[in-house]
Amino acid sequence: MYEYDVIVVGAGGAGLRAAIAAQEAGADVAMVTKLHPVRSHTGAAEGGINAALREGDDWELHAYDTMKGSDYLGDAPAVEALTQESPEEVIQLEHWGMAFSREDDGTVSQRPFGGLSFPRTTYAGAETGHHLLHTLYEQVVKRGIEVFDEWYVLNLAVSDEDDPAERSCHGVVAYETATGNVEAFTARDGVVLATGGLGQVYDHTTNAVANTGDGVAMAYRAGVPAEDMEMIQFHPTTLPSTGVLISEGVRGEGGILYNDEGERFMFEHGYANNDGELASRDVVSRAELTEVNEGRGIEDEYVHLDMRHLGEERIVDRLENILHLAEDFEGVDGLEEPMPVKPGQHYAMGGIETDEYGQTCVDGLYAVGECACASVHGANRLGGNALPELIVFGKRAGLHAAGGETEAPRVTVGRSDDSEAGDVETPVELGEPWGSEGDAVADGGAAAETAEAVVERSLERERERVERLLERDDGTQHAEIRAAVQHTMTENVNVFREEAALKEALVDIHAARERYRDVYVADPSSTYNTDLIQTIETRNLLDIAEMITVGALARDEFRGAHWRKEHQERKDDEWLKHTMVSWSDGSPELWYKPVVLEGEKKTYEPKERSY
Amino acid sequence: MSTQRQQPETETETESTESEGETAQERRLDEKRRRAEERERKRVEAEERAAADAERYHLKVFRYDPEVEGKQEPRFDDFHVPYEPGMTVLDALIYARDQFDASLTFRHSCRQAICGSDALFVNGSQRLGCQTQLSDLDQPVRIEPLPHSEVVKDLVVDMEHFYDQMESVEPYFQTENRPEGELEEQRQSRENREKIKKSTRCIWCGACMSSCNIAAGDNEYLGPAAINKAYRFAMDEREGEDMKQRRLEIIEQEHGVWRCQTQFSCTEVCPKDIPLTEHIQELKREAVKSNLKFW
Ligand SMILES: Cc1cc2nc3c(=O)[nH]c(=O)nc-3n(C[C@H](O)[C@H](O)[C@H](O)COP(=O)(O)OP(=O)(O)OC[C@H]3O[C@@H](n4cnc5c(N)ncnc54)[C@H](O)[C@@H]3O)c2cc1C
Ligand code: SF4
Ligand code: FES
Repeated sequence: MYEYDVIVVGAGGAGLRAAIAAQEAGADVAMVTKLHPVRSHTGAAEGGINAALREGDDWELHAYDTMKGSDYLGDAPAVEALTQESPEEVIQLEHWGMAFSREDDGTVSQRPFGGLSFPRTTYAGAETGHHLLHTLYEQVVKRGIEVFDEWYVLNLAVSDEDDPAERSCHGVVAYETATGNVEAFTARDGVVLATGGLGQVYDHTTNAVANTGDGVAMAYRAGVPAEDMEMIQFHPTTLPSTGVLISEGVRGEGGILYNDEGERFMFEHGYANNDGELASRDVVSRAELTEVNEGRGIEDEYVHLDMRHLGEERIVDRLENILHLAEDFEGVDGLEEPMPVKPGQHYAMGGIETDEYGQTCVDGLYAVGECACASVHGANRLGGNALPELIVFGKRAGLHAAGGETEAPRVTVGRSDDSEAGDVETPVELGEPWGSEGDAVADGGAAAETAEAVVERSLERERERVERLLERDDGTQHAEIRAAVQHTMTENVNVFREEAALKEALVDIHAARERYRDVYVADPSSTYNTDLIQTIETRNLLDIAEMITVGALARDEFRGAHWRKEHQERKDDEWLKHTMVSWSDGSPELWYKPVVLEGEKKTYEPKERSY
Repeated sequence: MSTQRQQPETETETESTESEGETAQERRLDEKRRRAEERERKRVEAEERAAADAERYHLKVFRYDPEVEGKQEPRFDDFHVPYEPGMTVLDALIYARDQFDASLTFRHSCRQAICGSDALFVNGSQRLGCQTQLSDLDQPVRIEPLPHSEVVKDLVVDMEHFYDQMESVEPYFQTENRPEGELEEQRQSRENREKIKKSTRCIWCGACMSSCNIAAGDNEYLGPAAINKAYRFAMDEREGEDMKQRRLEIIEQEHGVWRCQTQFSCTEVCPKDIPLTEHIQELKREAVKSNLKFW
């Protein structure tokens, strides 16, 4: 049994920043992470990090762009916290030595990005995330913060009250990959989940293999609602064969999209007459797929992104990494030929419901980064807005968890008088065919336990789960189930969504759940058993896929990244509200809470979003 | 040994019942291992059939597991993987794992040469699996764990020593010359950023260290990656002269830069094209220069 004040789960940008803040606030901190910190997917971020640093720009403009970009599904208090604090946080990174690209006068460079009214995307070549991740890890090393790397967190230790809002989180249970040991980590003050994205629910994604949505699934089963899960961002420029991302920076620097007929379709077919290639991501993704669907795609699959006209010097200076990616992963020389690109799953705008300090409705449980939804991205995230989210909210959550001084939050979490029940017709019964038995973190039963007892109980349960999986000797393998889920999500819950397809996906997910009942781990070893870990990850993917799909089916409007064939308009009267999914005895229960459009100085009135 | 896996921790109360369960569980696990071997035989048979297919790529993959009988003696397994254009070594390994043998173990995550977790020894040289096209390789493709490191299982090696070396060079920015004001930048010239740029690209994959003969013979040698990390800071003009002196002292220690014999193997294998040998040479020159100041 390990004991700390604050336990941070995950060591990407969000986790590292949270750990530093908690430690600076005086807490004894440990990080528990399934990968070594420098292997986290934050390292793959390319384009840049938004912050209003220069004359002519300010946080209010940044907030306005972000609210508009979100298609008015962002919560203003969180958006304003993001935009007010990102300048200081970005400069903090600079003071920690981050190797940003520079202007002639030695200040950090900024470039234009989609949906921004000012070129405020600060960057380090086309490898901003790599630099950010390493800089933050260096600070963690400097401070001697303890890191348990290659420890897979299996579950949270949460008390067993009926009402999730009365539960508290006392720690986590983790599996040491190298040895197969299952151990408990007790957190005296708080647990911060920073487990990153969930792109592995799709088979064409820019996300790492490790992005399996573990944190969202664990929090969900502990009773924390997941928010706006249907809001999945598809990035318009990914390499067709692998899903490797070609940064928006290419279009920011002036890259052009062409169809098979050599037309600059963003303008010529009227998708975005003002901003063209730099319209927001949802707009460009739909434009590309429309071109393909109407027969103007190349090899019926993709379009071309051309940057040759930018000239070798500029490309090498600002986008060198893109040349390597195109060469290594698609065999294309970006200096000589246009690059093939198509949309791919990229980012989860939704996630674990939190307020603007990363707090969930369960006492002592926080979430930050891509796994969380403080609701800064709403229905569409602007490029360059995820990295500032990591450091701004990472810092806030770390500070709060360690008992530092903060103001009262304005975003509410959990159910309240404002929430309304949701309902949607589904073709199959959702959730676990076997109910919540053995799977929930807290079922609402025994109350008034001590923290110790809560942690002990979780530890026992997880040891049993691991044993059970290892002992079973025959059945279905996770790879098969995972592939089935990824396939149906890509076919049916993609950029274009329609009712029949969404229902089909729910049927397929249900079938996958049935098969998961027979899942077994073929590898008997307790040394580095990745088969076991992937089997547990696959369990998490099932819940995630279902939350995304049921939310998408219920939201019968067109907002941001969420396009519905049968509903081609944004319905502000009905849908200025967040989709919430709660674990109800093993199956997802839908409810809604209103969007907060009132900011510090003004209210963000929904306007038509044109680019 | 796997017997210690589920040992109860401290609870004396439950100890007796749990230890009974432990034996039953052990028995079941033994049984499971036995059946795993049966499956293993079947797999080999299926493999032999697949080998007859000319469209398939032939992989020879290193296997070892201290806990599974039959894999305790290191060996090579053959896998025949259907080829698709653009397929990488990592894709082939994933295919082999998902279709033929779920216990095949290797690290990987980003699939785009940035997480540094899948450095392997492929046909005799250190490469990232995800960055290596199968079509560039002669068959059979031999895939082994990184040499000169302890093998944990199959293709997974212990990286602790590598991490320790990286962390021993004070790999974090240190300066006394912070600008006034929270929003003031510590200006850096474009030239200086350009100078350190390549050194900042290291993804901690360990390929260079594994390829280095000196590191193989001298466990304490800092190694190319750690020295490159020191270079990244020593050459950063923002840290200032005093700090640079301190950094040069670190890399000049007994097991530092002077061990390097300029064999270039690290530079050859680095997947991020970092001119490691050049950086080491430059630090040697800097060290000499700074010493001249003192003597
Ligand atoms: C290719 C790509 C390019 C991008 N480019 C940009 C960009 O230019 N600008 C921008 O703003 N945003 C960008 N984004 C988005 C942004 O990079 C991510 O949203 C962000 O990095 C996520 O950071 P994180 O800290 O939340 O998660 P991650 O960096 O993914 O870290 C997750 C951590 O959680 C750990 N973990 C997960 N599950 C468990 C578990 N069960 N137990 C223990 N540990 C666990 C992992 O080990 C890891 O350390 C990009 C994203 C991608 C995929
Ligand atoms: S210097 Fe190159 S080879 Fe060595 S660890 Fe870094 S990236 Fe890998
Ligand atoms: S999988 Fe990340 S470097 Fe190859």
